[in-house]
Amino acid sequence: MEISGINQQSQKLSKKEKKLRQKQMKVRHTLLRHEGIECVSYPTKSLVIANGGLGNGVSRCQVLKLAERCGLVEALLMPPNKPYSFLKYEMLEDSKRAYDSLNGEDVASEDNTQNVVLYFNFVEKVPWEDMTPSTLPPGLRVIEEVVSPEEEGQLLECIDWGKDEVIPNAQKSLKHRRVKHFGYEFQYDNNNVDRDRPLPGGLPDICNTLLAKWLKMGYIKESSDQLTINQYEPGQGIPPHIDTHSAFEDEIISLSLGAGIVMDFKHPDGQAAAVMLPQRSLLVMSGESRYLWTHGITPRKFDIVQASQEQKLGTVTADIGDLTLNKRGTRTSFTFRKVRRGPCKCSYPSVCDSQCKVTAPSFPDSESEASKLEKEYVHDVYEQIAQHFSSTRHSPWPRVVEFLRALPRGAIVADVGCGNGKYLGVSKDMYVFGCDRSEALVNICGEKKFQAFVCDALSVPIRSGSCDACISIAVIHHFSTAERRLATLSELVRLLRPGGRALVYVWALEQEYNKQKSKYLKGKRAGNSNMDETISNAIEEAGDSESQDSAQPDGGVSPPKDRYCSANEAVSTRLPVHTNRTSFDSQDLLVPWHLKDGTKKKMGHTKLCQPVTSSENSQKCSPVFHRYYHVFCEGELELLCKRLNCVNVQESYYDQGNWCVILEKK
Amino acid sequence: MKLLTHNMLTSHVRGVRPGGGFPLRIQATEVKVNNVDFNPEFTARMVPKVEWGALVEAAESLGHRSDLPAEPIPDYESNEDFLRKVHHVLMEVEVVEGVLKCPDTGREFPITKGIPNMLLSEEET
Repeated sequence: MEISGINQQSQKLSKKEKKLRQKQMKVRHTLLRHEGIECVSYPTKSLVIANGGLGNGVSRCQVLKLAERCGLVEALLMPPNKPYSFLKYEMLEDSKRAYDSLNGEDVASEDNTQNVVLYFNFVEKVPWEDMTPSTLPPGLRVIEEVVSPEEEGQLLECIDWGKDEVIPNAQKSLKHRRVKHFGYEFQYDNNNVDRDRPLPGGLPDICNTLLAKWLKMGYIKESSDQLTINQYEPGQGIPPHIDTHSAFEDEIISLSLGAGIVMDFKHPDGQAAAVMLPQRSLLVMSGESRYLWTHGITPRKFDIVQASQEQKLGTVTADIGDLTLNKRGTRTSFTFRKVRRGPCKCSYPSVCDSQCKVTAPSFPDSESEASKLEKEYVHDVYEQIAQHFSSTRHSPWPRVVEFLRALPRGAIVADVGCGNGKYLGVSKDMYVFGCDRSEALVNICGEKKFQAFVCDALSVPIRSGSCDACISIAVIHHFSTAERRLATLSELVRLLRPGGRALVYVWALEQEYNKQKSKYLKGKRAGNSNMDETISNAIEEAGDSESQDSAQPDGGVSPPKDRYCSANEAVSTRLPVHTNRTSFDSQDLLVPWHLKDGTKKKMGHTKLCQPVTSSENSQKCSPVFHRYYHVFCEGELELLCKRLNCVNVQESYYDQGNWCVILEKK
Repeated sequence: MKLLTHNMLTSHVRGVRPGGGFPLRIQATEVKVNNVDFNPEFTARMVPKVEWGALVEAAESLGHRSDLPAEPIPDYESNEDFLRKVHHVLMEVEVVEGVLKCPDTGREFPITKGIPNMLLSEEET
């Protein structure tokens, strides 16, 4: 082949045509480089239309109308979300005509937001085989017309959006879509529910009736006790996620009302399926589709759907020769779930928060193990989360302030474990200085012009007997053996002069005391007044965390690798991971800290020393850190203090989920 | 680091002789003087609490002794001139960069942006 027809023509091209050819060549490079689509310089029956794709907002109808001007179209393939499509003519002449006359054609996108210019190039091979129709994820079913239009109306009417329109603290993650919960409130901070706090009223009657009917029909295997209603306006969506395994049972169902939508499913290996959920249909996710595949809704105003009216179900990619755009309407989904009581035992441990504990350390049984545990699960974590941690610790706890202000004027006070220094500035009449193990936190104190230095609470570089008072707030619970906790207390009282007083706060195992739930359990949502917020912010909390089930993995499940495994591995018990804002099941545990966006500026060059939970498990994909805690049971702190001979326990009390003592040095 | 804070600090390296870690010697590369509101009552209360000799030595080593006498004067509570000097040394002179050196073992602790890092390695505790 010497010179192709195209090149012959290009000898006498106008300026405009030259420009077009240049663009065309550019497009060919892009297609090859990004999509692996090889264009050829000789006429064939098949063309690739750059910019003429569903991903550009160009509909099937528009492309067909243009293409049919030049001849009989054998096939038009529009892969979903791609900025191109493939056109095949029955006759070579027609394909050549299209190439010559349609190149550079302007098309307005379906939503009228942009004009796109189409570029046609010949292809030898249409990658049909790469676009084999995908099938539904295993365990997924869509049942059509599961409610009547009348029932649909009743269901939509029964929602009182009223005051629930805005979820406190959750607007951001919800991207303005409206949400309402029944049965149990779904907590967006930990993607879980509080089993101890069912919402009054349960599910609406009409829903219970429907659930009973679906159960009878065999659509579902179990009834539900939790309902989340979401309303999506066109353009709104939900990020890909897997519903937290430990939060809900296997079967999760979703009723689409008001409008249909395309839901995107994705397998961890990259396999994807876009599933059409028609109006009034019921999506049933179970097994692999519920546990392993992520599901989400792409925020956009148009969905790619099958063009033929009859086919409403299944994956929309089932036939890429039959795709077009569909304008979205307001869709209201009723998602029914059953709250799980106990750990998840699914067969997908890689994405299961109940089983994903291979990295959890075991309880230390030697001094060096204890120190190693504290380094990795306390010191290193605070170093990483310091900025975010500090931003959540702005209000001093009232009773600590009370203790400090009651001290004699001119008192010298050491705050051992001062964190971001929130007690260092409470009084001008005394000299309060602090120290902390975390350099990052001490630097924050420095920025606030407080006196602070870096040291370990087990070895404090302050001369003995020099302090009138010491405070140790939320520090000792980070030491992993009773001996180390005692040594920390002993070091604290060493600093005191005779008659000097120390205040010690530790987190309590009992988060409910005298029938009062602590602010930690109640969460920030409990207190609506600003007054209340002062306290709830102040109390030790890790409100924004990944949900992790607190239960231990079953005895039979033995994680393969563990950094803390020693010879006596057989008897070592792995530390459970706590679910935030729930009661403690164990005294020694790991408490998750979910790092917020914008606070991880150091992350880029700092090696993450902590397991990062699988991103599928988290909507926001933020890293999760685990801090070690020993939560104290009633009387434990006093007992520990009594082992020190040089102090009297002056007072002991419970304050918002913490056990507290005031000691006086003899 | 203010000199009042320095006055509270001691070396805590393993093996340091009892009392031998105090006072830490200051080798400063940057010292600044800040204005702090003078509170005579507070300053007077600090006088008996500080290790006087160590304070004078530290101020001297930084070139900020400010005529501080070798011993607190009698009736210091009512001597504003004296209290002002004490206030200046205790509260206004700050070490920004430098090291603190253990007088017994020679172990050096860095001071960065006014913050001493007194953290010991596992072998040192």
